[in-house]
Parts: sequence; C-alpha cells; structure tokens
Amino acid sequence: MVPLSWYLIFAAALFSIGLFGVLSRRNAVAILLGIELMLNSVNVNLAAFWRYGDVRMMTGQVFAIIVFAVAAAEVAVGLALVISVYRRRNTVVADELDLMKW
Amino acid sequence: MTGEQIIFLVVAFFTLGSGLMVVTTRNLVHAAFWLVAALFGVAVVFALLSANFLAVVQVVVYIGAISILFIFAVMLTRKEMRDRGAQLNRNWWFGALLAVSTFGGLFFLLRGWEGFSKTAPAYPASFDAVSELGNALVSPNAYVLPFEVASVLLAAALVGAVYVAFGRK
Repeated sequence: MVPLSWYLIFAAALFSIGLFGVLSRRNAVAILLGIELMLNSVNVNLAAFWRYGDVRMMTGQVFAIIVFAVAAAEVAVGLALVISVYRRRNTVVADELDLMKW
Repeated sequence: MTGEQIIFLVVAFFTLGSGLMVVTTRNLVHAAFWLVAALFGVAVVFALLSANFLAVVQVVVYIGAISILFIFAVMLTRKEMRDRGAQLNRNWWFGALLAVSTFGGLFFLLRGWEGFSKTAPAYPASFDAVSELGNALVSPNAYVLPFEVASVLLAAALVGAVYVAFGRK
C-alpha cells in the first residue's frame, strides 16, 4: 500500500514545477500551462486526503470537482485574453506587455 | 515493494518528467503535448486513489477540452514566438530558487506532521463513491449551492471569454 506521504511529495513536486513555469516562462500561454500543473497537483492532494481520511465524506472529491470547474473557467478567460492581446499588440511575451507599467 | 507502489513510482516519475518538459521545452506545441502526458499521469494517480469519477473527468475535461484549447491558442499566437530569443526570462534562476525552496518548505512542513506516513484505511466493500458523490452534489444538506455557483461561474466565464476574444473590426 502506498503511504500518504508519497502522494503529498508527488503533489508538492508537481506544484513546484508548475510554479517554476509560471515564474520563469516568457510566453503568456506557457504561464497558463504552468498554472494548469499547479491546479492538478492541488487536485491530487484533495483526492489523496479523501482516500486516506474517511471515504464516506465526499468533501475532498466535491472540492476537486469545483477546482476542475474553476480551472476550465480560468483557461477559457485566460486564453481569450491572450488572443485578444495578441490581436492588438501582436505579441504574447509577458514582459513586453508593459502598457500599465508605471 | 508491492505492485501498487511500483506502479505509483513509475507514474509519478513519468508525470514529473512530463511536467518538467512542459516548463522547459522551447516549442510550445510540444509543451502542450507534454501537458497532455502529465495530465494522463495525474488521471492514473486518481485511479490509483480509487477516485474513479475524478479520473474520468480528468480525461474528459482536462485532456479533452482544456489541452485542446491550449493547442488552439498556441497555434493562433505562434508565429511571433516560434524560435526567437529565450523562452525563459532574465530572472529564471530566481523562479527556480523559489520553486525549489517551496518544495523544500512543503517537505519539511509535512515531515513534521504525524499523519504523514499514514496508510489508507481499507476501502469499504459495497460502497459506491460515484453515486455518493452525485448525491452530495445535489443534496441541499451538502453541496448544492457550491455546485450551482460553479455552473454560474462557468457560464459567466464562457460569455466573458467570447466577449473578450471577439474581433471587432
């Protein structure tokens, strides 16, 4: 049987990889890819705590489904913003989008 | 080492490797495909956790919808970024440092917790998690309100996405 710690360490590693992608990629689409990895690692944690706690309490799975819905909404709006920005400024490089920088 | 542990380790290393490729590969189309691989790995992890419904939803929603959306977005915005310049920004070492310290911090935080090396309680026989989950999502005593709010959020996000991306002259 796999101990809970393996799942938690796996999720922490996946979260850190996603965090690295968010912080250091230049392309806005790649930043959204990193956010997807982070959301997935959170879902792994939720499912693991559901399984290793009381299986009859469905809170962990319900929370994971809400995270799915939020991730879908986030990706739809985020990619629409990226496409809109690309149309107006012809770039998707995050550090060239400095219109609101003071 | 039991068989389940070996399967878990193989899937975990595959998923982490795919995740590393997502954040480091130069070609963004390849990054999107590596994301599909990582999402499949997470789906297998859900199956290992006997969260069957989550595994299926992971494949349908993430791999079927979200990654296709990513591939479309990459293809619509690609020509500028293709192979020009660096894919990582100037402060990438700071991002790497922060990611490694986040992992280290989480690891030390979890190691001090007494439930860390807990093993799973036996899965109750004749327990139907999917119907239990369905009941929880529509029962007024449980999570019907978050469920409805999530559907309103999805509708609003889709309308907003169409509005934002709609090309006016």
